[in-house]
Amino acid sequence: MALTAVGPAPEAAIAGKRRPWWRRNMSIVLGGGLLFAALILALLAPYLGTVDPTALSPIRRFRPPSEAYWFGTDHLGRDVYSRVVYGARASLLVGVAVAALAVGAGLFFGLIAGFNRWIDAVLMRVMDGLMAIPAVLLAIALMALTKASLQNVIIAIAIAEVPRVTRLVRGVVLTLREQPFVEAAVASGTSTVKILYRHILPNTVAPLVVQATYIWASAIITEAILSFIGAGLPPSIPTWGNIIAEARAVFSVRPHLIAFPAVFLSVTVLAINLLGDGLRDALDPRLARRL
Amino acid sequence: MTAQPILQVVDLKKHFPIRKGVLQRVAAKVHAVDGITFHVNAGETLGLVGESGCGKSTAGKTILKLIEPDSGTVRLMGERIDALSPREMWPYRRQLQVVFQDPYSSLSPRLTAGAIVAEPLENFGIAKGKEARERVAWLFEKVGLRAEQMAKYPYEFSGGQRQRLGIARALAVRPKLIVADEPVSALDVSVQAQVVNLLMDLQEEFGLSYLFVAHDLAVVEHISHRVAVMYLGKIVEIADKKSIFAAPKHPYTEALLSAAPLPDPTTKRKRIVLAGDVPSPVNPPSGCRFHTRCPYAIDRCKTEEPVLREAATGHQVACHLR
Repeated sequence: MALTAVGPAPEAAIAGKRRPWWRRNMSIVLGGGLLFAALILALLAPYLGTVDPTALSPIRRFRPPSEAYWFGTDHLGRDVYSRVVYGARASLLVGVAVAALAVGAGLFFGLIAGFNRWIDAVLMRVMDGLMAIPAVLLAIALMALTKASLQNVIIAIAIAEVPRVTRLVRGVVLTLREQPFVEAAVASGTSTVKILYRHILPNTVAPLVVQATYIWASAIITEAILSFIGAGLPPSIPTWGNIIAEARAVFSVRPHLIAFPAVFLSVTVLAINLLGDGLRDALDPRLARRL
Repeated sequence: MTAQPILQVVDLKKHFPIRKGVLQRVAAKVHAVDGITFHVNAGETLGLVGESGCGKSTAGKTILKLIEPDSGTVRLMGERIDALSPREMWPYRRQLQVVFQDPYSSLSPRLTAGAIVAEPLENFGIAKGKEARERVAWLFEKVGLRAEQMAKYPYEFSGGQRQRLGIARALAVRPKLIVADEPVSALDVSVQAQVVNLLMDLQEEFGLSYLFVAHDLAVVEHISHRVAVMYLGKIVEIADKKSIFAAPKHPYTEALLSAAPLPDPTTKRKRIVLAGDVPSPVNPPSGCRFHTRCPYAIDRCKTEEPVLREAATGHQVACHLR
């Protein structure tokens, strides 16, 4: 009789330990959900009650937020709501493209550096040099050399991110190639190329996915900074950065013109970072130390 | 003239440089393997024993060419393999396989057990597709696993089962020689016996030769035909199992054997307790490497290095006094 009062039933204890996956990975659910919403916004931009984001209308300058102009209008009479929604396209596209490009290039260089000592010595000094320059400065310098276009912005931001990915991949490769299972593969006559894609590459996926989300987030911010100082995308393409930049002059009298794009920018970056943190914890707890 | 040995190692050396400073100058060298000579005959097991850090694992890896030797020669069935490039070495890998100590890190965590064992078959074009699967299933049975377990991942196996997988992988290409680098040290004692007996059964069935690297003297006594004792990168004594365990000649071997636990705790024997630690392999002692701890050392031991010489038939020892 006394035993029943000792504690909760075993089933309850077990059930309490094993919460459903979405409760254990709240940051993935939250971050992924917000990011998904942003993606929907970007994809369905023309169908969300928007008008042409570049259409000028000087007589309707600086309208406050209203039913017709949800976020008001800017100094050229353009609809800020439409501009912010279309801006999501540029921002997310730049982020994804930079992440893909940087991860691809970093993976390539990292694998080579991890497997060849001579290339490693030269390549990693170049990467150290690139890393010594702040990402934004490097991107500005590169943009000064070329004309403003979507491609050039993506490449300029990606170059600054490559060294970090290279270092990460190189570190994983160097750790793995000392592992007995790689030595066993060498002893079994497995070619170097096959060792790379069969034994090394699958083990780099988890840290790379996590790193890619961080690059995505930071690329969105870098793009916004570039657009803000006028070194980014051409003004004809609305981005959250150049919307904020154009509203800067009237910031003290029309603060909402900056507030709307800024909130979208912050929430999107926060969502991606939440997703990245969640993925890091879910994929491999040991990664926390490596990143 | 007896048959040609499977493996013949002469004066093999491997020194690891310790680099310092910005220019990575070589500040010192770890004398991991410092001129060892031995051979392994066909169908024979040579036990290579010594304390941790004496260079026995490095010796194994150097022979496997996972580490490049600095000097000396390694002959596999009469052919020199020590100076071969990785590409030139490739065909010889079919004759020379390895089983590692750690059954956890020696199997790719993201491949199935079947894929791991099939990899060497694919590499040498021995079998593909269905044929490879049948071959792997057969190998699984040979090492005491069930063919249904091919689809499982390494983490679903116990330590002993994983070591059986490692043995199946080594066996896949039907090698002549397997370098077993402490293959049972990481296992429970009860499982150790099973794996050692499996290795002995496979040796009999396939006529394998083993270079069996270990520090556990009881295991070495069980599996080996001959035993080589290493101390600080040198072989101090080689003999057949019986004479080394019954009548060790080198003072280090004596001490090593006296330290091994006996099955019967009431048995009384004289234990030789050595003073101090193993000296650093970075600056090994002059003369005989063992003179700093040897109870019988004389002045000559400090200056003159003893060579490995035949003290009795088939019994080689490196000591001035024996």
